[in-house]
Amino acid sequence: MNEKITIQNLSVTADGKSILANINLTILEHEIFSIIGPAHSGKTTLLRTINRLIETQPGFSRTGKLLLDGKDVLNWDIETLRRRVGLIFATPIPLPGTIFDNIAYGPRLKGIRNKRKLTEIVEHTLRAAFLWDEVKDRLDTSALRLSGGQQQRLCIARTLALDPEVVMMDEPCSGLDPISTAQIEDAMRQLKNRYTFILVTNNVKQAARVSDRVAFFLAGQLIEVNSAEIIFTRPADKRTDDYISGRIG
Amino acid sequence: MKRRPLTIQRLVWFLLALLTLFTLTILFFIIGYITAKGVPTLTPEFLFGMPERMGKEGGILPTIVATIYLALLAIVIATPLGVGTAVYLTEYTRESALTRIIRFGADALAGVPSIIFGLFGFILFVIYLKMGWSILAGSLTLAVMILPTIIRTSEEAIRTVPYAYREVSYSLGGTKSQTILNVVLPNALPGILTGIILGLGRSVAETAAVIFTAGSSLRMPRSIFDPARTMAVHFYILAREGISMPRAYGTALLLIISILVINAFAYILLFRLTRRFR
Repeated sequence: MNEKITIQNLSVTADGKSILANINLTILEHEIFSIIGPAHSGKTTLLRTINRLIETQPGFSRTGKLLLDGKDVLNWDIETLRRRVGLIFATPIPLPGTIFDNIAYGPRLKGIRNKRKLTEIVEHTLRAAFLWDEVKDRLDTSALRLSGGQQQRLCIARTLALDPEVVMMDEPCSGLDPISTAQIEDAMRQLKNRYTFILVTNNVKQAARVSDRVAFFLAGQLIEVNSAEIIFTRPADKRTDDYISGRIG
Repeated sequence: MKRRPLTIQRLVWFLLALLTLFTLTILFFIIGYITAKGVPTLTPEFLFGMPERMGKEGGILPTIVATIYLALLAIVIATPLGVGTAVYLTEYTRESALTRIIRFGADALAGVPSIIFGLFGFILFVIYLKMGWSILAGSLTLAVMILPTIIRTSEEAIRTVPYAYREVSYSLGGTKSQTILNVVLPNALPGILTGIILGLGRSVAETAAVIFTAGSSLRMPRSIFDPARTMAVHFYILAREGISMPRAYGTALLLIISILVINAFAYILLFRLTRRFR
Protein backbone atom coordinates (compact mmCIF):
# COMPACT_ATOMS: atom_id res chain seq x y z
CA MET A 1 0.00 0.00 0.00
CA ASN A 2 1.10 3.54 -0.66
CA GLU A 3 2.30 5.91 1.98
CA LYS A 4 -0.39 8.56 2.46
CA ILE A 5 1.10 10.57 5.26
CA THR A 6 4.74 10.48 6.17
CA ILE A 7 5.97 12.06 9.38
CA GLN A 8 9.69 12.44 9.99
CA ASN A 9 11.28 13.88 13.12
CA LEU A 10 8.21 16.02 13.73
CA SER A 11 8.30 18.22 16.82
CA VAL A 12 5.69 20.76 17.83
CA THR A 13 6.02 23.36 20.56
CA ALA A 14 3.47 25.78 21.95
CA ASP A 15 4.88 28.91 23.58
CA GLY A 16 8.20 27.12 23.89
CA LYS A 17 6.67 24.08 25.59
CA SER A 18 7.07 20.75 23.83
CA ILE A 19 3.80 19.14 22.73
CA LEU A 20 5.11 16.55 20.30
CA ALA A 21 8.71 15.40 20.29
CA ASN A 22 10.49 13.77 17.39
CA ILE A 23 7.63 11.76 15.92
CA ASN A 24 8.29 9.31 13.09
CA LEU A 25 5.24 7.71 11.59
CA THR A 26 3.83 6.52 8.31
CA ILE A 27 0.13 6.24 7.58
CA LEU A 28 -0.83 4.06 4.65
CA GLU A 29 -3.57 4.56 2.11
CA HIS A 30 -6.94 2.97 2.98
CA GLU A 31 -6.11 1.92 6.50
CA ILE A 32 -7.77 2.82 9.74
CA PHE A 33 -4.94 4.14 11.82
CA SER A 34 -5.69 4.71 15.47
CA ILE A 35 -3.81 6.88 17.88
CA ILE A 36 -4.33 6.06 21.51
CA GLY A 37 -2.89 7.55 24.66
CA PRO A 38 -3.88 9.43 27.79
CA ALA A 39 -4.86 13.09 27.84
CA HIS A 40 -2.16 15.62 26.94
CA SER A 41 -0.13 13.16 24.96
CA GLY A 42 -0.29 15.29 21.81
CA LYS A 43 -2.83 13.27 19.81
CA THR A 44 -5.10 16.18 18.93
CA THR A 45 -2.14 18.43 18.22
CA LEU A 46 -0.88 15.88 15.70
CA LEU A 47 -4.19 16.02 13.80
CA ARG A 48 -4.23 19.80 13.92
CA THR A 49 -0.63 19.88 12.68
CA ILE A 50 -1.54 17.68 9.73
CA ASN A 51 -4.34 19.97 8.52
CA ARG A 52 -2.49 23.08 9.74
CA LEU A 53 -5.28 24.20 12.02
CA ILE A 54 -2.66 24.95 14.69
CA GLU A 55 -1.59 27.91 12.60
CA THR A 56 -4.79 29.74 13.51
CA GLN A 57 -3.62 29.96 17.09
CA PRO A 58 -0.53 31.91 18.04
CA GLY A 59 2.52 30.45 19.69
CA PHE A 60 2.88 27.19 17.81
CA SER A 61 5.94 26.14 15.88
CA ARG A 62 6.86 22.90 14.21
CA THR A 63 10.06 21.31 12.96
CA GLY A 64 10.63 18.15 10.95
CA LYS A 65 8.77 16.81 7.98
CA LEU A 66 5.07 16.15 7.54
CA LEU A 67 4.26 14.92 4.05
CA LEU A 68 0.94 14.28 2.37
CA ASP A 69 1.45 12.25 -0.81
CA GLY A 70 5.14 13.04 -0.61
CA LYS A 71 4.72 16.82 -0.41
CA ASP A 72 5.06 18.73 2.84
CA VAL A 73 1.71 20.04 4.09
CA LEU A 74 3.28 23.49 4.33
CA ASN A 75 3.69 23.46 0.56
CA TRP A 76 0.08 22.54 -0.12
CA ASP A 77 -2.40 25.29 -0.77
CA ILE A 78 -3.97 25.45 2.69
CA GLU A 79 -7.62 25.22 1.57
CA THR A 80 -6.84 22.32 -0.77
CA LEU A 81 -4.99 20.57 2.03
CA ARG A 82 -7.94 20.91 4.39
CA ARG A 83 -10.32 19.55 1.77
CA ARG A 84 -8.09 16.57 1.18
CA VAL A 85 -7.63 15.94 4.88
CA GLY A 86 -10.97 16.30 6.63
CA LEU A 87 -11.17 16.70 10.39
CA ILE A 88 -14.03 15.66 12.65
CA PHE A 89 -13.97 17.21 16.09
CA ALA A 90 -14.51 15.55 19.44
CA THR A 91 -17.73 17.38 20.12
CA PRO A 92 -20.11 17.55 17.16
CA ILE A 93 -20.30 21.17 16.06
CA PRO A 94 -23.12 21.71 13.56
CA LEU A 95 -23.14 25.25 12.24
CA PRO A 96 -26.39 27.09 13.00
CA GLY A 97 -28.59 26.46 9.99
CA THR A 98 -30.27 23.57 8.28
CA ILE A 99 -29.00 20.03 7.85
CA PHE A 100 -28.73 20.67 4.11
CA ASP A 101 -26.74 23.89 4.56
CA ASN A 102 -24.34 22.20 6.93
CA ILE A 103 -23.39 19.53 4.43
CA ALA A 104 -23.43 21.90 1.47
CA TYR A 105 -21.14 24.33 3.31
CA GLY A 106 -17.85 22.86 2.08
CA PRO A 107 -18.98 22.20 -1.52
CA ARG A 108 -20.41 25.72 -1.74
CA LEU A 109 -17.12 27.24 -0.62
CA LYS A 110 -15.47 25.19 -3.34
CA GLY A 111 -17.78 26.97 -5.78
CA ILE A 112 -20.47 24.35 -6.38
CA ARG A 113 -23.73 26.30 -6.71
CA ASN A 114 -25.85 23.92 -8.77
CA LYS A 115 -28.79 22.92 -6.59
CA ARG A 116 -29.11 19.46 -8.14
CA LYS A 117 -25.45 18.72 -7.70
CA LEU A 118 -25.61 19.88 -4.07
CA THR A 119 -28.70 17.76 -3.40
CA GLU A 120 -26.85 14.79 -4.83
CA ILE A 121 -23.86 15.39 -2.56
CA VAL A 122 -26.09 15.81 0.49
CA GLU A 123 -27.97 12.58 -0.11
CA HIS A 124 -24.85 10.63 -1.00
CA THR A 125 -22.86 11.71 2.06
CA LEU A 126 -25.78 11.32 4.45
CA ARG A 127 -26.22 7.77 3.24
CA ALA A 128 -22.52 7.11 3.68
CA ALA A 129 -22.71 8.39 7.25
CA PHE A 130 -25.81 6.24 7.98
CA LEU A 131 -27.95 9.28 8.69
CA TRP A 132 -30.07 9.55 5.53
CA ASP A 133 -33.03 7.47 6.68
CA GLU A 134 -33.38 9.47 9.87
CA VAL A 135 -33.27 12.95 8.33
CA LYS A 136 -34.34 12.64 4.69
CA ASP A 137 -37.71 14.26 5.39
CA ARG A 138 -36.34 17.21 7.31
CA LEU A 139 -33.23 18.39 5.50
CA ASP A 140 -34.46 21.96 5.83
CA THR A 141 -34.77 21.91 9.60
CA SER A 142 -32.11 23.16 11.99
CA ALA A 143 -29.14 20.87 12.46
CA LEU A 144 -29.06 21.93 16.10
CA ARG A 145 -32.23 19.93 16.75
CA LEU A 146 -30.55 16.60 16.00
CA SER A 147 -29.42 14.35 18.83
CA GLY A 148 -25.74 14.17 19.75
CA GLY A 149 -25.18 10.96 17.81
CA GLN A 150 -27.00 12.31 14.78
CA GLN A 151 -25.03 15.55 14.96
CA GLN A 152 -21.75 13.66 14.94
CA ARG A 153 -22.84 11.63 11.92
CA LEU A 154 -23.89 14.90 10.29
CA CYS A 155 -20.38 16.21 10.90
CA ILE A 156 -18.96 13.07 9.29
CA ALA A 157 -21.25 13.55 6.28
CA ARG A 158 -20.20 17.21 6.15
CA THR A 159 -16.55 16.19 6.01
CA LEU A 160 -17.23 13.50 3.39
CA ALA A 161 -18.93 16.17 1.27
CA LEU A 162 -15.48 17.69 0.75
CA ASP A 163 -14.55 14.50 -1.10
CA PRO A 164 -11.46 14.07 1.07
CA GLU A 165 -8.76 11.42 0.85
CA VAL A 166 -7.97 11.32 4.54
CA VAL A 167 -10.56 11.55 7.28
CA MET A 168 -9.23 12.43 10.72
CA MET A 169 -11.47 11.86 13.69
CA ASP A 170 -10.66 13.32 17.07
CA GLU A 171 -12.39 11.14 19.64
CA PRO A 172 -15.56 11.18 17.54
CA CYS A 173 -17.50 9.01 19.96
CA SER A 174 -16.46 10.55 23.27
CA GLY A 175 -19.91 11.95 24.01
CA LEU A 176 -21.99 9.27 22.34
CA ASP A 177 -24.01 6.28 23.47
CA PRO A 178 -22.94 2.73 22.46
CA ILE A 179 -25.47 2.51 19.61
CA SER A 180 -24.36 5.76 17.99
CA THR A 181 -20.75 4.66 18.51
CA ALA A 182 -21.44 1.36 16.75
CA GLN A 183 -23.05 3.23 13.85
CA ILE A 184 -20.02 5.45 13.42
CA GLU A 185 -17.67 2.46 13.59
CA ASP A 186 -19.78 0.70 10.96
CA ALA A 187 -19.51 3.74 8.74
CA MET A 188 -15.74 3.73 9.08
CA ARG A 189 -15.45 0.07 8.14
CA GLN A 190 -17.66 0.58 5.09
CA LEU A 191 -15.81 3.67 3.93
CA LYS A 192 -12.33 2.30 4.47
CA ASN A 193 -11.84 1.32 0.85
CA ARG A 194 -12.45 4.91 -0.22
CA TYR A 195 -10.69 6.88 2.49
CA THR A 196 -7.76 6.73 4.84
CA PHE A 197 -8.86 7.08 8.45
CA ILE A 198 -6.89 8.49 11.32
CA LEU A 199 -8.76 7.90 14.53
CA VAL A 200 -7.74 9.51 17.79
CA THR A 201 -9.47 7.79 20.62
CA ASN A 202 -9.42 7.45 24.37
CA ASN A 203 -11.39 4.30 24.03
CA VAL A 204 -8.93 1.42 23.81
CA LYS A 205 -11.68 -1.05 22.98
CA GLN A 206 -12.83 1.08 20.07
CA ALA A 207 -9.29 1.17 18.71
CA ALA A 208 -9.15 -2.62 19.01
CA ARG A 209 -12.49 -3.00 17.20
CA VAL A 210 -11.83 -0.90 14.12
CA SER A 211 -8.11 -0.31 13.60
CA ASP A 212 -5.66 -1.87 11.22
CA ARG A 213 -2.72 -0.31 12.98
CA VAL A 214 -2.39 1.51 16.27
CA ALA A 215 0.08 4.06 17.65
CA PHE A 216 0.48 4.66 21.34
CA PHE A 217 1.39 8.20 22.38
CA LEU A 218 2.50 9.26 25.83
CA ALA A 219 3.45 12.78 26.87
CA GLY A 220 4.16 13.92 23.33
CA GLN A 221 6.18 10.89 22.36
CA LEU A 222 5.39 7.99 20.10
CA ILE A 223 5.99 4.95 22.25
CA GLU A 224 5.02 2.21 19.91
CA VAL A 225 3.29 1.59 16.60
CA ASN A 226 2.19 -1.75 15.24
CA SER A 227 -0.75 -3.71 13.90
CA ALA A 228 -3.78 -3.65 16.16
CA GLU A 229 -3.47 -7.33 16.83
CA ILE A 230 0.07 -7.05 18.15
CA ILE A 231 -0.52 -3.86 20.13
CA PHE A 232 -3.46 -5.35 21.95
CA THR A 233 -2.07 -8.84 22.52
CA ARG A 234 1.68 -8.55 22.94
CA PRO A 235 2.86 -4.90 22.96
CA ALA A 236 6.60 -4.41 22.94
CA ASP A 237 6.70 -1.61 25.45
CA LYS A 238 5.62 -2.03 29.04
CA ARG A 239 3.99 1.42 29.08
CA THR A 240 1.71 0.42 26.20
CA ASP A 241 0.75 -2.69 28.08
CA ASP A 242 0.09 -0.65 31.23
CA TYR A 243 -2.12 1.76 29.32
CA ILE A 244 -4.24 -0.72 27.42
CA SER A 245 -4.74 -2.85 30.50
CA GLY A 246 -5.82 0.23 32.40
CA ARG A 247 -2.93 0.65 34.79
CA ILE A 248 -2.06 4.17 33.61
CA GLY A 249 -3.95 6.93 31.89
CA MET B 1 -34.10 39.58 68.15
CA LYS B 2 -33.35 37.02 65.50
CA ARG B 3 -34.09 38.06 61.95
CA ARG B 4 -35.93 35.42 60.02
CA PRO B 5 -34.62 34.88 56.49
CA LEU B 6 -38.14 34.77 55.12
CA THR B 7 -38.91 38.21 56.52
CA ILE B 8 -35.77 39.64 54.88
CA GLN B 9 -36.75 37.95 51.62
CA ARG B 10 -40.17 39.59 51.73
CA LEU B 11 -38.67 42.95 52.66
CA VAL B 12 -36.23 42.84 49.74
CA TRP B 13 -39.00 41.76 47.38
CA PHE B 14 -41.16 44.62 48.58
CA LEU B 15 -38.35 47.18 48.16
CA LEU B 16 -37.50 46.00 44.66
CA ALA B 17 -41.14 45.99 43.64
CA LEU B 18 -41.47 49.53 44.97
CA LEU B 19 -38.45 50.73 42.99
CA THR B 20 -39.78 49.12 39.82
CA LEU B 21 -43.17 50.68 40.37
CA PHE B 22 -41.55 54.09 40.89
CA THR B 23 -39.61 53.80 37.61
CA LEU B 24 -42.63 52.65 35.68
CA THR B 25 -44.79 55.43 37.14
CA ILE B 26 -42.38 58.11 35.94
CA LEU B 27 -42.14 56.48 32.52
CA PHE B 28 -45.88 56.14 32.07
CA PHE B 29 -46.45 59.64 33.40
CA ILE B 30 -44.16 61.13 30.75
CA ILE B 31 -45.63 59.04 27.94
CA GLY B 32 -49.18 59.57 29.18
CA TYR B 33 -48.73 63.33 29.56
CA ILE B 34 -47.25 63.77 26.10
CA THR B 35 -49.89 61.50 24.58
CA ALA B 36 -52.71 63.44 26.21
CA LYS B 37 -51.26 66.76 25.08
CA GLY B 38 -50.22 65.54 21.66
CA VAL B 39 -53.12 63.44 20.42
CA PRO B 40 -55.42 66.38 19.54
CA THR B 41 -52.70 67.81 17.31
CA LEU B 42 -52.03 64.56 15.45
CA THR B 43 -54.38 65.06 12.51
CA PRO B 44 -53.71 64.02 8.91
CA GLU B 45 -53.22 67.71 8.02
CA PHE B 46 -50.54 67.94 10.73
CA LEU B 47 -48.76 64.79 9.58
CA PHE B 48 -48.91 65.40 5.84
CA GLY B 49 -49.13 69.18 5.60
CA MET B 50 -46.48 71.81 4.98
CA PRO B 51 -45.66 74.08 7.91
CA GLU B 52 -46.87 77.64 7.83
CA ARG B 53 -45.81 80.68 9.88
CA MET B 54 -42.68 78.92 11.25
CA GLY B 55 -44.70 75.92 12.35
CA LYS B 56 -47.33 77.84 14.23
CA GLU B 57 -49.82 76.49 11.71
CA GLY B 58 -49.85 73.77 9.10
CA GLY B 59 -48.09 70.41 9.27
CA ILE B 60 -44.69 68.90 9.84
CA LEU B 61 -44.20 66.74 6.75
CA PRO B 62 -40.74 68.19 5.87
CA THR B 63 -39.43 67.39 9.35
CA ILE B 64 -40.65 63.80 9.05
CA VAL B 65 -38.94 63.45 5.68
CA ALA B 66 -35.77 65.08 7.04
CA THR B 67 -35.69 62.77 10.05
CA ILE B 68 -35.97 59.67 7.86
CA TYR B 69 -33.29 60.96 5.47
CA LEU B 70 -30.85 61.87 8.21
CA ALA B 71 -31.25 58.78 10.35
CA LEU B 72 -31.12 56.33 7.46
CA LEU B 73 -28.15 58.02 5.81
CA ALA B 74 -26.31 58.08 9.14
CA ILE B 75 -26.92 54.34 9.54
CA VAL B 76 -25.88 53.63 5.96
CA ILE B 77 -22.60 55.48 6.57
CA ALA B 78 -21.89 54.21 10.08
CA THR B 79 -22.79 50.52 9.67
CA PRO B 80 -20.09 49.45 7.19
CA LEU B 81 -17.48 51.54 9.02
CA GLY B 82 -18.49 50.25 12.44
CA VAL B 83 -18.91 46.60 11.51
CA GLY B 84 -15.71 46.70 9.46
CA THR B 85 -13.78 48.12 12.40
CA ALA B 86 -15.28 45.51 14.71
CA VAL B 87 -14.31 42.69 12.34
CA TYR B 88 -10.80 44.10 12.09
CA LEU B 89 -10.46 44.39 15.86
CA THR B 90 -11.76 40.90 16.58
CA GLU B 91 -10.62 38.80 13.63
CA TYR B 92 -7.53 40.42 12.20
CA THR B 93 -5.60 41.67 15.20
CA ARG B 94 -4.21 40.16 18.32
CA GLU B 95 -4.69 42.04 21.57
CA SER B 96 -2.05 44.74 21.53
CA ALA B 97 -1.48 48.33 22.52
CA LEU B 98 -3.04 49.39 19.22
CA THR B 99 -6.32 47.52 19.71
CA ARG B 100 -6.54 48.78 23.27
CA ILE B 101 -6.05 52.36 22.09
CA ILE B 102 -8.74 51.94 19.39
CA ARG B 103 -11.13 50.43 21.91
CA PHE B 104 -10.37 53.10 24.49
CA GLY B 105 -10.93 55.75 21.83
CA ALA B 106 -14.28 54.26 20.87
CA ASP B 107 -15.37 54.13 24.50
CA ALA B 108 -14.26 57.69 25.09
CA LEU B 109 -16.14 58.85 21.97
CA ALA B 110 -19.28 57.10 23.18
CA GLY B 111 -19.24 59.30 26.26
CA VAL B 112 -18.72 62.64 24.50
CA PRO B 113 -21.78 64.94 24.67
CA SER B 114 -23.59 65.17 21.36
CA ILE B 115 -23.20 68.94 21.17
CA ILE B 116 -19.45 68.44 20.89
CA PHE B 117 -20.07 66.23 17.88
CA GLY B 118 -22.32 68.99 16.56
CA LEU B 119 -19.55 71.53 16.88
CA PHE B 120 -17.05 69.15 15.32
CA GLY B 121 -19.41 68.42 12.42
CA PHE B 122 -20.04 72.11 11.96
CA ILE B 123 -16.34 72.92 11.73
CA LEU B 124 -15.31 69.92 9.62
CA PHE B 125 -18.25 69.18 7.34
CA VAL B 126 -20.20 72.43 7.18
CA ILE B 127 -17.33 74.94 7.09
CA TYR B 128 -14.09 73.21 6.14
CA LEU B 129 -15.48 70.73 3.63
CA LYS B 130 -17.93 73.41 2.42
CA MET B 131 -20.99 71.18 2.65
CA GLY B 132 -22.99 73.93 4.26
CA TRP B 133 -25.94 73.10 6.48
CA SER B 134 -27.16 69.97 4.80
CA ILE B 135 -28.58 66.52 5.35
CA LEU B 136 -25.22 65.12 4.25
CA ALA B 137 -23.28 67.08 6.87
CA GLY B 138 -25.86 66.15 9.51
CA SER B 139 -25.77 62.46 8.60
CA LEU B 140 -21.98 62.37 8.63
CA THR B 141 -21.97 63.97 12.06
CA LEU B 142 -24.58 61.54 13.36
CA ALA B 143 -22.60 58.67 11.83
CA VAL B 144 -19.48 59.74 13.73
CA MET B 145 -21.57 60.05 16.88
CA ILE B 146 -23.11 56.56 16.71
CA LEU B 147 -19.98 54.85 15.38
CA PRO B 148 -18.61 53.90 18.82
CA THR B 149 -21.90 52.25 19.76
CA ILE B 150 -21.97 50.21 16.56
CA ILE B 151 -18.31 49.23 16.87
CA ARG B 152 -18.61 48.07 20.47
CA THR B 153 -21.89 46.18 20.13
CA SER B 154 -20.70 44.52 16.91
CA GLU B 155 -17.45 43.60 18.58
CA GLU B 156 -19.25 41.99 21.50
CA ALA B 157 -21.57 40.17 19.09
CA ILE B 158 -18.67 38.83 17.03
CA ARG B 159 -16.89 37.68 20.17
CA THR B 160 -19.87 35.60 21.24
CA VAL B 161 -19.64 33.50 18.05
CA PRO B 162 -17.92 30.33 19.30
CA TYR B 163 -14.35 29.95 18.10
CA ALA B 164 -15.20 26.34 17.22
CA TYR B 165 -17.45 27.59 14.38
CA ARG B 166 -14.44 29.24 12.80
CA GLU B 167 -12.38 26.07 13.16
CA VAL B 168 -15.16 24.05 11.55
CA SER B 169 -15.24 26.47 8.63
CA TYR B 170 -11.46 26.38 8.22
CA SER B 171 -11.41 22.61 8.40
CA LEU B 172 -14.05 22.50 5.65
CA GLY B 173 -11.71 24.40 3.35
CA GLY B 174 -12.95 27.89 4.12
CA THR B 175 -10.65 30.88 3.79
CA LYS B 176 -10.59 33.53 6.47
CA SER B 177 -12.85 35.90 4.55
CA GLN B 178 -15.27 33.11 3.62
CA THR B 179 -15.41 32.13 7.27
CA ILE B 180 -16.13 35.69 8.36
CA LEU B 181 -18.81 36.19 5.71
CA ASN B 182 -20.51 32.80 6.01
CA VAL B 183 -20.15 31.92 9.66
CA VAL B 184 -19.04 34.80 11.87
CA LEU B 185 -21.19 37.67 10.59
CA PRO B 186 -24.47 35.73 10.17
CA ASN B 187 -24.17 34.42 13.71
CA ALA B 188 -23.27 37.83 15.08
CA LEU B 189 -26.06 39.52 13.13
CA PRO B 190 -28.63 39.75 15.94
CA GLY B 191 -26.10 41.51 18.16
CA ILE B 192 -24.88 43.75 15.36
CA LEU B 193 -28.49 44.72 14.58
CA THR B 194 -29.01 45.68 18.21
CA GLY B 195 -26.17 48.19 17.87
CA ILE B 196 -27.58 49.54 14.63
CA ILE B 197 -31.03 49.96 16.17
CA LEU B 198 -29.56 51.78 19.15
CA GLY B 199 -27.75 54.07 16.74
CA LEU B 200 -30.89 54.60 14.70
CA GLY B 201 -32.84 55.55 17.81
CA ARG B 202 -30.17 58.00 18.89
CA SER B 203 -30.07 59.55 15.41
CA VAL B 204 -33.81 60.04 15.30
CA ALA B 205 -33.86 61.64 18.73
CA GLU B 206 -30.76 63.81 18.37
CA THR B 207 -31.04 67.61 18.39
CA ALA B 208 -27.78 69.26 19.39
CA ALA B 209 -25.59 67.55 16.81
CA VAL B 210 -28.16 68.06 14.06
CA ILE B 211 -29.05 71.71 14.63
CA PHE B 212 -25.38 72.65 14.09
CA THR B 213 -24.91 70.61 10.95
CA ALA B 214 -28.20 70.13 9.12
CA GLY B 215 -29.58 73.49 10.06
CA SER B 216 -33.22 74.19 10.80
CA SER B 217 -34.74 74.96 7.41
CA LEU B 218 -38.43 74.16 7.29
CA ARG B 219 -38.49 73.72 3.53
CA MET B 220 -38.96 70.30 2.03
CA PRO B 221 -35.47 68.88 1.34
CA ARG B 222 -35.05 67.84 -2.30
CA SER B 223 -31.65 66.24 -1.96
CA ILE B 224 -29.08 65.36 0.68
CA PHE B 225 -27.32 68.65 -0.04
CA ASP B 226 -30.28 70.66 1.21
CA PRO B 227 -30.55 71.90 4.77
CA ALA B 228 -33.36 70.39 6.79
CA ARG B 229 -35.05 70.35 10.16
CA THR B 230 -35.69 67.04 11.91
CA MET B 231 -38.66 66.33 14.16
CA ALA B 232 -36.50 66.56 17.27
CA VAL B 233 -35.10 69.94 16.21
CA HIS B 234 -38.57 71.14 15.23
CA PHE B 235 -39.91 70.17 18.63
CA TYR B 236 -37.03 71.96 20.34
CA ILE B 237 -37.56 75.16 18.35
CA LEU B 238 -41.37 75.12 18.73
CA ALA B 239 -41.07 74.74 22.48
CA ARG B 240 -38.09 77.01 23.07
CA GLU B 241 -39.26 79.89 20.93
CA GLY B 242 -42.77 79.48 22.30
CA ILE B 243 -44.14 79.17 18.78
CA SER B 244 -46.81 76.60 19.54
CA MET B 245 -46.87 74.26 22.53
CA PRO B 246 -49.70 72.02 21.19
CA ARG B 247 -47.70 71.50 18.01
CA ALA B 248 -44.55 70.83 20.04
CA TYR B 249 -46.41 68.11 21.92
CA GLY B 250 -47.78 66.71 18.69
CA THR B 251 -44.25 66.49 17.29
CA ALA B 252 -42.96 64.96 20.53
CA LEU B 253 -45.67 62.30 20.43
CA LEU B 254 -44.84 61.43 16.86
CA LEU B 255 -41.16 61.16 17.86
CA ILE B 256 -42.01 58.74 20.65
CA ILE B 257 -44.21 56.71 18.33
CA SER B 258 -41.39 56.55 15.76
CA ILE B 259 -38.96 55.23 18.36
CA LEU B 260 -41.51 52.64 19.47
CA VAL B 261 -42.10 51.58 15.87
CA ILE B 262 -38.36 51.29 15.20
CA ASN B 263 -37.91 49.15 18.30
CA ALA B 264 -40.91 46.98 17.54
CA PHE B 265 -39.67 46.50 13.99
CA ALA B 266 -36.21 45.60 15.26
CA TYR B 267 -37.68 43.13 17.71
CA ILE B 268 -39.63 41.37 14.98
CA LEU B 269 -36.60 41.33 12.70
CA LEU B 270 -34.43 39.84 15.44
CA PHE B 271 -37.04 37.22 16.16
CA ARG B 272 -37.22 36.24 12.50
CA LEU B 273 -33.45 36.11 12.19
CA THR B 274 -32.86 33.97 15.25
CA ARG B 275 -35.77 31.64 14.56
CA ARG B 276 -33.97 29.76 11.81
CA PHE B 277 -31.22 28.85 14.26
CA ARG B 278 -33.53 27.17 16.70
